[in-house]
Amino acid sequence: MKEEHIFSMLVDNQPGVLSRIVGLFSGRGFNIESLNVAVTCEPNISRITIMTKANKPIVEQIEKQLNKLVNVIKIRDLTGPDSVKREMALICVNARPENKAEILRIVDIFRCKVVDVGTEHYTIEVTGDEGKMKAILSLLKHFGVKKIARTGIIALFREPK
Amino acid sequence: MELTGAQILMKVLKEEGVDTIFGYPGGAVIDLYDELDRTDIRHILVRHEQGAVHAADGYARASGKVGVCLVTSGPGATNAVTGIASAYMDSIPMVVFTGQVPSHLIGNDAFQEVDIVGITRPCVKHNYLVQRTEDFARIIKEAFYIANSGRPGPVLIDMPKDMVARKIEYKPTTEVKLKAYNPTYNPNKRQLQRVIKLIEGAKRPLIFAGGGVSLSKASSELTEFARKAQIPVTASLMGLGVFPASDPLWLGMLGMHGTYRANMCTGECDLLIGIGVRFDDRVTGKTDSFASQADIVHIDIDPTSIRKNIPVSVPVVGDCKISLQKLNSMMDGQLDLSGVAENRKEWFDHIVSWKSTRPLDYEQTDVIKPQFVVEKLYELTKGEAIVTTEVGQNQMWSAQFYHFEKPGHFITSGGLGCMGFGLPAAIGAQVACPDMLVVDVAGDGSIQMNSQEFATAVQHRLPVKVVILNNGYLGMVRQWQELFYDKCYASTNMEHAPDFVKLAEAYGAVGLRAAKPEEVEDVLREGLFSPHTVIMDFVVEREESVYPMVPAGAPITDMLLV
Ligand SMILES: Cc1ncc(C[n+]2csc(CCOP(=O)(O)OP(=O)(O)O)c2C)c(N)n1
Ligand SMILES: [Mg+2]
Repeated sequence: MKEEHIFSMLVDNQPGVLSRIVGLFSGRGFNIESLNVAVTCEPNISRITIMTKANKPIVEQIEKQLNKLVNVIKIRDLTGPDSVKREMALICVNARPENKAEILRIVDIFRCKVVDVGTEHYTIEVTGDEGKMKAILSLLKHFGVKKIARTGIIALFREPK
Repeated sequence: MELTGAQILMKVLKEEGVDTIFGYPGGAVIDLYDELDRTDIRHILVRHEQGAVHAADGYARASGKVGVCLVTSGPGATNAVTGIASAYMDSIPMVVFTGQVPSHLIGNDAFQEVDIVGITRPCVKHNYLVQRTEDFARIIKEAFYIANSGRPGPVLIDMPKDMVARKIEYKPTTEVKLKAYNPTYNPNKRQLQRVIKLIEGAKRPLIFAGGGVSLSKASSELTEFARKAQIPVTASLMGLGVFPASDPLWLGMLGMHGTYRANMCTGECDLLIGIGVRFDDRVTGKTDSFASQADIVHIDIDPTSIRKNIPVSVPVVGDCKISLQKLNSMMDGQLDLSGVAENRKEWFDHIVSWKSTRPLDYEQTDVIKPQFVVEKLYELTKGEAIVTTEVGQNQMWSAQFYHFEKPGHFITSGGLGCMGFGLPAAIGAQVACPDMLVVDVAGDGSIQMNSQEFATAVQHRLPVKVVILNNGYLGMVRQWQELFYDKCYASTNMEHAPDFVKLAEAYGAVGLRAAKPEEVEDVLREGLFSPHTVIMDFVVEREESVYPMVPAGAPITDMLLV
C-alpha cells in the first residue's frame, strides 16, 4: 500500500545538488508529490523537504538512495506526529460582489490573510497543514480559483520539551 | 609555490600513486597533455575514448588500483560515457578527467561544449565541475577517495580550460574531509550473531558470492568461511574467481546461464548467504520464486543493495572482508561444527546427483564448437590467464568453460553488458600485468565495436590475445530469436565481417585462423605463446546456443536444457 512520506534533508548548497536529487527520483521511477528548497542559516547548507508517495520497500529505498548521495549531509523521515508540518499557499479566487462577504468569512474562520484585492478577485495567503489546505480549497473552489501557488510541505522535527 | 592547474593535477596524481593514464587529447586538455609529457606517468593513447575508459576499467580490475582516464571536452567526453556507465554498474574504482570549455563560455553552446556533469550524473558515483583552481587539488583527492572507498565506482572531474591554465599559490591538501560521506565498514555484531545461528540450524545452506568479494579483496576469507562452515558456493558472473573452481564446494555460476546444480540449489536451499551481490534480475529470475524456502542473509557495503530486489531476513551492512573475518573468528569460538557433516549429508548427496545428471556439456561434430575452443584455451593456459570477454554467447561460454581459481582473472562487463568492452579491457589488464597472459574471448559482432584498439595494443607492444568465436551472428540475440521469435533472425546475421586475419595484419598484429576442430589446438598454441598481439579467428558452429538457459522473467529453476 502506498503511503505519504516526508523526507527532510540538509544538503550542500551547491549548483547541481538539487538536480542530483530530482534525477534520482526520475531515474529510479520514484515519485515526488511536493518539493521545497531554501538555504539554512549556514549559507553553504540548504534544507530540502520532499513529500513522496510509495509502498514500504520503496520508501526504504528512497531514504537509502538519498543518503548515498555525497552532497546529502543528513536525512530524516518526518512522517508522523513527531514533527511540525506546514504549507503555505497563495490562492487567487474570483470575488464577485455578491460573494465577497462569504469569502471574507472563510478567510476569517481559517485565520488566513487577504494579500491582494481587486474588483473581481481576492488573493488569499493560507498557512497550515495538509488538512487545512484541503478544507479551504474545497470551500473556495465554488467561487472559482483563478490561480494557485503552493510551497509544498515543509517540516521540522519537534525538539524534546 | 606558484603552480598552474595542470601542474597541480600532475602533482596530486603522483601523490595518489598514479603511474598510468588512458586517454585521448583535444583542444580543451592540450595544457594537461603538455604537462603530462614532462612527468614519468605512462600515457596509453587509445583510438577512441570509450576504449580509454574500458582500458582503465580492465587496468583497475587487474591491478586492484584506481583506473585513470583523460579525455577532451564535447565529443571526447560523450564518447567516454558508455565506458563510465559500464564501470558504474560493475562498481569499478575509476577517476575520469574531462576537458571543458573555458568557464566564461559555459552555457553558451560553445565549440565542443557539453554538460558532461549533467550527462553522467546518473552513471557516476560522484562528479565535479572545477570552478576555482584553488579547489582543484582538494577535488582530485576527494575523487580518488570516493572512487576507491565504500562501494567503489567512477568519479568524473570536469575541468574548464582556464582553470587548468591558471596559476595559483599552491597549498598542499592532506586529509580528505567529507562530512556527508561515510561508508559503513564494520558490520553490526548482533546481525553477525544471527547469521551464525542460522548457519548452525541450516540443513541446506548455500553461499552466493559476487563482485563485492573481489572488490573488497576478501576471497581468501570467503574460502575459509565456506570450508569451515561446509557450505557450497555459487557466484554471479562478477563473482567468478572469488572462490576456487577446483574446490569440491564449488557449484558453478548462478543465473540465466548458470549451472543446473547452482540454480537448483537456490530453489531448494533453506539458507542463502549473499555476499557482495546485488541480486540482479539475470541471477534471480522471477523474484517471487527465488530461494523461496530460504532465510536470506545479505552482506554488502552498500545499504541500497539490500532489500532493493528481494526481501532479506538478516541484512548485514559492512565490508565483505571485515564481515567474513568476523564470522570466521566467531565460528572458531562458538559454532559447534561436529554435527555439520551429518546434518548436511543429504544436501551434498543431492548436489552430487544434480551435477552428474546435468553437467555442462556440448556435442562434438566436425564443425568447431565454441565451447571446445574455450575448453582448450583453459587447458593450454592451465587456468592461469586473465580472461576478458565481449558480450553475448562468447561471454557466457567463457564463464561456463573457463574455470577460475583466483579473483581479478575474469574481467567482463557484467551490469551493462557492453559489447566492445573486452579488447580495451584486455589492453588495460595487460598494462597492469605485463607478465601475464591476457586473452579477450570475443564474438565476431562485439570485436567490431572497438577493433580500432588493435592499433593501441600494437603501438604499445601489448601482447594481448584475441580469440574470436566467429559464428557470423549476433549470436546471443539470434539465440533468443531461435527460442522465442520463431527463428526469425531479423538483423542478426553478421556475415559481412572483415577478414579478421587480414585485419590483424593490417594493424601489424598476427592473424591466425582455425576452421576445423583439429586445427584449434595448433592455432591456440601458436597464438597464445607468441610475443605479439594476436588475433585468432575460430570459425565455429553458426547456430550453437548457450545452455542451460532460463527465459527472462521465469523462475531460476525453470531451465531450458540442451
Ligand atoms: C553495445 C551493445 N549493443 C547491443 C547489445 C545487445 N547484444 C547483446 S549480445 C549481442 C550479440 C553479440 O554478438 P557477438 O559479439 O557476435 O557475440 P556472440 O553472441 O555471437 O558470441 C548483442 C547485439 C549489447 N549488449 N551491447
Ligand atoms: Mg557472434
